[in-house]
Amino acid sequence: MLNDLFPNVKMDDMWEATRETFYMISISVIGTIIFGVLLGLLLFLTAQGNLWQNRWINGFVATIVNVFRAIPFIILILLLFPFTDFLIGTIRGWEAALPALIIGAAPFYARLVEIALKEVDKGVIEAAKAMGATGRTIIFKVLLPESMPALISGITVTAIALIGYIAIAGLIGAGGLGDLAYMQGFQRRDFDVVFACTIFIVVIVFIFQFIGDILSKTIDKR
Amino acid sequence: MIEIKQLTKLYKTKHQQVQAVDDISLNINKGEIFGVVGYSGAGKSTFIRLINRLEEPTSGTIKINDKDITTMAQSKLRKERQKFGMIFQHFNLLWSRTIYDNIAFPLEIAGVPKNKRKEKVLELINLVGLSGREKAYPSQLSGGQKQRVGIARALANDPDVLLCDEATSALDPETTDDILDLLVSINKKLGLTIILITHEMHVIQKICHRVAVMEKGKVVETGNVLEVFVKPQSKTTKRFVQQLNPLEQQQEAIQSFINSRDDSEVIKLHFIGNSTRRALISEISKKYDVDINILQGSISPTQEGAYGTLFFEINGQKDVIHDAIKYIQASGVEVEVLKHVE
Ligand SMILES: Nc1ncnc2c1ncn2[C@@H]1O[C@H](COP(=O)(O)OP(=O)(O)OP(=O)(O)O)[C@@H](O)[C@H]1O
Ligand SMILES: [Mg+2]
Repeated sequence: MLNDLFPNVKMDDMWEATRETFYMISISVIGTIIFGVLLGLLLFLTAQGNLWQNRWINGFVATIVNVFRAIPFIILILLLFPFTDFLIGTIRGWEAALPALIIGAAPFYARLVEIALKEVDKGVIEAAKAMGATGRTIIFKVLLPESMPALISGITVTAIALIGYIAIAGLIGAGGLGDLAYMQGFQRRDFDVVFACTIFIVVIVFIFQFIGDILSKTIDKR
Repeated sequence: MIEIKQLTKLYKTKHQQVQAVDDISLNINKGEIFGVVGYSGAGKSTFIRLINRLEEPTSGTIKINDKDITTMAQSKLRKERQKFGMIFQHFNLLWSRTIYDNIAFPLEIAGVPKNKRKEKVLELINLVGLSGREKAYPSQLSGGQKQRVGIARALANDPDVLLCDEATSALDPETTDDILDLLVSINKKLGLTIILITHEMHVIQKICHRVAVMEKGKVVETGNVLEVFVKPQSKTTKRFVQQLNPLEQQQEAIQSFINSRDDSEVIKLHFIGNSTRRALISEISKKYDVDINILQGSISPTQEGAYGTLFFEINGQKDVIHDAIKYIQASGVEVEVLKHVE
């Protein structure tokens, strides 16, 4: 029955592509969290009236974030070819997609992190200061835990954007479902393959959205 | 114990300068409940935040137990802040932590080991009357309960001083009374010095020993609560005291009893402290041949004793009335004969 509907779909290839896509999502999400939270914290803390208030650092970080957010992803991949080659040793395969994915998504997430941190009640930060908390304590025991639901829903949105990026990266040989859809589906005019890949991608997006929503809901005690 | 000298805070913005605290000098004694009252924008919050240097003073000094807070290095200041507990109008609890973990937070900051924390936290939860709720989250508590958590948290590191910024302003009158009672019992039990900021005079009346009245960054009046209540000097203070005493606003009603006849006078008595307990009126009516017609009266308890006012009409012969008034004066109660104003 499925063979009639999808005559050209080879399940082995599908699973292989799904696995690659998952690798790319997992590693790029982890990288995005690390760099995004760092940049977001830096943006927040150096802003006017905050812990490490510094106009120059704030302006510098904000500029970098804005520039990288402005570059369309497909162009970012091309721009980063030399860098990727230097870092990974190749520009083909799913590993080679990672630098562009992280550099593309981290600035986006950094802004979401900054917004989440701005939502933390100023009074709570003041209370922690009044207890004699150090900057480190305020970051790790107040700012991050208190903004956790927003940080999680932010990474959910970012992860879904990343799934889109990964499909685009597939067009230039990064592997995964996007690659499969383009090379085996579109190029050979086997549209059933394109369609099967689409279904898989949509399911992956739903799974991520679902996990993100549940996590952010259970952690939110407001 | 706390010595504040010529404390000033100037906020500079692009367009203007605000003298939020203007040359305040005060001494606060160990173990007292010191109230600061003033209208919105008077600079009360700025003042209390200067005391533990959440705000940097523009000039002036603050000494606690002869240690100068104002010149202290940041790392030392952080340690010193553990000697000040602070509670807030909006409680400022961490919603991501349970009640237990909220109260444990200042202990974590002070580096108290985990097993010792537990003992202290449970003791505090008990002290503020929240036993059994330690696993709840702040969002599951009422305002009054949240403030109890705030108080427990403020007491965790055994502070010498408790700073309260409008601690009851977000609560209903009944809950306010509960929280004030809790503060008084802590003050007595732990000998804690409390500095309390409010715009509600009845808070001052109910729990403070001494009070400072603030207006436009300055302290316009300071003294024992009773003295200030009975003999307010400045205009602002008078307005605050009137808030409390509904009788002051009903003087109109008294006017109709005031006349220029010799055999009838309207008299206002101020009772302070123990004199409120004396059955003065019945003493007079037994002792002198006068008729007494009580018009209005009120009595207000404060930490330093009660004070009250009483309006009555006294009828009788002129010289007998005169003697009766002399007698009241001799008993230490302040007497005011109200005259007819044209
Ligand atoms: N960070 C700031 N920058 C500039 N001006 C400020 C700042 N904080 C307070 N002010 C000004 O200082 C004055 C005193 O403010 P403060 O908050 O101390 O008043 P308050 O007596 O606590 O009033 P309320 O009862 O409304 O809380 C106000 O005029 C306020 O506008
Ligand atoms: Mg205030």
